Amino acid sequence: MYRIQKKQTLSDTVSLMEVNAPQVARKARAGQFVMVRTREEGERIPLTIADYDKDAHTITLVIQGVGKSTMEMCGLNAGDGFATVSGPLGQPTKIENFGTVLCMAGGVGIAPLYPIARELKAAGNRIITIIGVRTKGMLFWEARMQSVSDVMIITTDDGSYGRKGIVTEPLKELLEERGDIAHVWAIGPAIMMKFIAETTRPFNIPTIVSLNTIMIDGTGMCGSCRVLTDEGPRFVCVDGPEFDAHKVDWNNMMQRLQFYRAEEQAALEHWRHKCQMGAAAAGVKE
Amino acid sequence: MPKKIIIPKKTQMLGQAPAERIHNFNEVTWGYTEEQAMSEAGRCMECARPGCIEGCPVNINIPGFIKLVAEGDFRAAVNLVKETNALPAITGRVCPQEGQCEGLCTLGKKHEPVGIGNLERFVADWEALQGNLHVPVIAPATGKKVAVAGSGPAGLTVAAELARSGHNITVFEALHEAGGVLAYGIPEFRLPKAIVRREVEYVCSLGVRLVRDFVVGNTATVDELLEEFDAVFLGTGAGLPWFLGIAGENLAGVYSANEYLTRSNLMKAYRFPEYDTPIAHGRSVITIGGGNVAMDAARTALRLGAQESIIVYRRTRDEMPARLEEIRHAEEEGVVFELLTTPVAFHDADGRVTGAECIRNKLGVPDASGRSRPVPVSNSNFSIAADIVVIAVGQSPSPLIHRTTPDIDIGRAGAVAVDEKTMKSSKKGVFAGGDIATGGATVILAMGQAKIASRAIAEYLKTGEW
Ligand SMILES: Cc1cc2nc3c(=O)[nH]c(=O)nc-3n(C[C@H](O)[C@H](O)[C@H](O)COP(=O)(O)OP(=O)(O)OC[C@H]3O[C@@H](n4cnc5c(N)ncnc54)[C@H](O)[C@@H]3O)c2cc1C
Ligand code: SF4
Ligand code: FES
Repeated sequence: MYRIQKKQTLSDTVSLMEVNAPQVARKARAGQFVMVRTREEGERIPLTIADYDKDAHTITLVIQGVGKSTMEMCGLNAGDGFATVSGPLGQPTKIENFGTVLCMAGGVGIAPLYPIARELKAAGNRIITIIGVRTKGMLFWEARMQSVSDVMIITTDDGSYGRKGIVTEPLKELLEERGDIAHVWAIGPAIMMKFIAETTRPFNIPTIVSLNTIMIDGTGMCGSCRVLTDEGPRFVCVDGPEFDAHKVDWNNMMQRLQFYRAEEQAALEHWRHKCQMGAAAAGVKE
Repeated sequence: MPKKIIIPKKTQMLGQAPAERIHNFNEVTWGYTEEQAMSEAGRCMECARPGCIEGCPVNINIPGFIKLVAEGDFRAAVNLVKETNALPAITGRVCPQEGQCEGLCTLGKKHEPVGIGNLERFVADWEALQGNLHVPVIAPATGKKVAVAGSGPAGLTVAAELARSGHNITVFEALHEAGGVLAYGIPEFRLPKAIVRREVEYVCSLGVRLVRDFVVGNTATVDELLEEFDAVFLGTGAGLPWFLGIAGENLAGVYSANEYLTRSNLMKAYRFPEYDTPIAHGRSVITIGGGNVAMDAARTALRLGAQESIIVYRRTRDEMPARLEEIRHAEEEGVVFELLTTPVAFHDADGRVTGAECIRNKLGVPDASGRSRPVPVSNSNFSIAADIVVIAVGQSPSPLIHRTTPDIDIGRAGAVAVDEKTMKSSKKGVFAGGDIATGGATVILAMGQAKIASRAIAEYLKTGEW
């Protein structure tokens, strides 16, 4: 069992966990991920490593409860544990001094973006950060991101904080106004990354995205995670998770991501039902 | 020698009827009863020059153990088998006997061969039923440490052999469950997972430490392992699935066989939603390929409720690499075979696969493998509708380890290059065996290579000479 040392609620749906996983903490680098499973019957879910501490033997995971498995994970507390934490997997981010780098995150993407921005900053880059969330309650790590950014822009869909709108608007303005942006990093929902790719494409600015396709093993054994790129099919778990955003077939990737939508819904209902039954049974006992 | 009465037909194992078994994942056959086993063993002619032993990649003393079965001394029979084969419950079920021992059985020249595989399975299952597994003597500790990467048949065999010689063994497995293909690939209805778990427990009972969730290459590189261990054995298999490289292969609903079978077997998706991992339940499922993997996928599809499960294979039934029993079981269960057929593209609606466009072949001249090459017949295109497609056209070793250890030489088809007499790789202290060295073969060959490696590793630990 991989024990949860610390849990913190970051927003309405997002939790942070520090998990004891010495073998992963020892080797983890920015951009890599782990496969996590809650218990024997659980799914294997890929989660990007948001931070790591070799000396404390821990890695930090930031989890957004969107489906059954991630909601169940968010319900765990310090002292509980995960059945599986395997990694670090995937290629680490290639950190270089590019000059000025735009770091963009949508929603829970803030967490995996942070170590990348931190490393890029340490390598001497000037960091402009754009974070987009639906509403203020979903924003977290603002100060932490600020600490590694030279400029920071926050957008909310509903205008409850920062600028009202979506991240591609300030992105487009920056690209038009300044000629010094050498590289863009973007992590967030597929649709957001797709639109970022479309926005930077005419400016010909190298844009790196971190893909989160459906995975099972995370070691290149099943091909479930594959995406189509201009260079042919690639396995996200071993060739990625970072890819050149301009080469990804976004429509194919989103169609594959949605393949299990009906089953995900069924799993969620089954789980909610079981929780209610559990609560009712506990009620009877009392 | 008294002349034997020849019984021309093999004793058939009883099992579930096809119409019943396609609705569950329980094992298809039940194995021999004691009476059946003794009577089948009685068919053996105790040949002076038995072909069977020669056909067995680990040279089990086949007539010897069969004679003991005929005499009813099952304990002695299983002990004799286990002298050369540590996993008889598994190989009895999954070896391609018709191309090995049974293929060279003297009786088989005119009649059906002796059911050697069935008998091997019988003695192993008999022993398991007795409950008290025979635990061998373990030699005094040598203080030498060996890391084994991968817990498939190759890794488990090396671990068991070396642990018995008193070495300190740690097995590193990438997945959360040990057993390799036996755990994630071969379905429950062909190889019950309880058997695999029993064998893993046996290996652990010899003092072997099993570390799961540990991806060699990532969690630690081979060089890092060599800092802590005196030798490393790579038994990481051939896990990289091949695709066809045709249009539409990345559509939603197109699976590699590895993904389809891993979801069902390892993640127990057939028990969704009790287990969380989903798997698509197709109405019509096409599986591309003609090996064991393809049979396993096509038969899994039936058990997941497919109305139609269709195998598309480019040659004829005779060239299919699958075990004969699997082909027969698939036919009995109603799997449809589209032979001499190759898919050329997959079609879709809104990104989800709806079928395969195929072309017919005729057989041409034999290729390098000795099998006739399929030659496409022009203008023979036709379509098969399907909501799920499973690609089962082969696999090769994953590049994960040599990407991080470039000084391990790679030979043919991504396989680690080894000296076949010792299973030494090009890197000092690193041995390899099983599918990672063959590029993908069988359980018994993996075990055979693992035995060779074990002896060479023991020698290396003693002398330090490479
Ligand atoms: C569906 C299917 C059906 C088959 N049916 C038959 C059959 O009927 N008869 C037969 O004889 N053969 C069959 N085979 C082939 C047979 O299973 C293999 O030849 C055999 O399992 C090879 O054993 P191995 O130990 O070399 O590798 P594997 O069994 O592949 O085991 C390798 C193990 O290493 C682990 N691993 C991989 N990479 C790493 C890493 N970097 N770090 C740590 N661990 C790692 C894997 O997770 C796996 O557990 C079948 C194969 C498949 C896929
Ligand atoms: S070849 Fe066949 S008949 Fe002869 S000893 Fe072997 S199993 Fe018996
Ligand atoms: S998750 Fe299985 S190959 Fe990438």
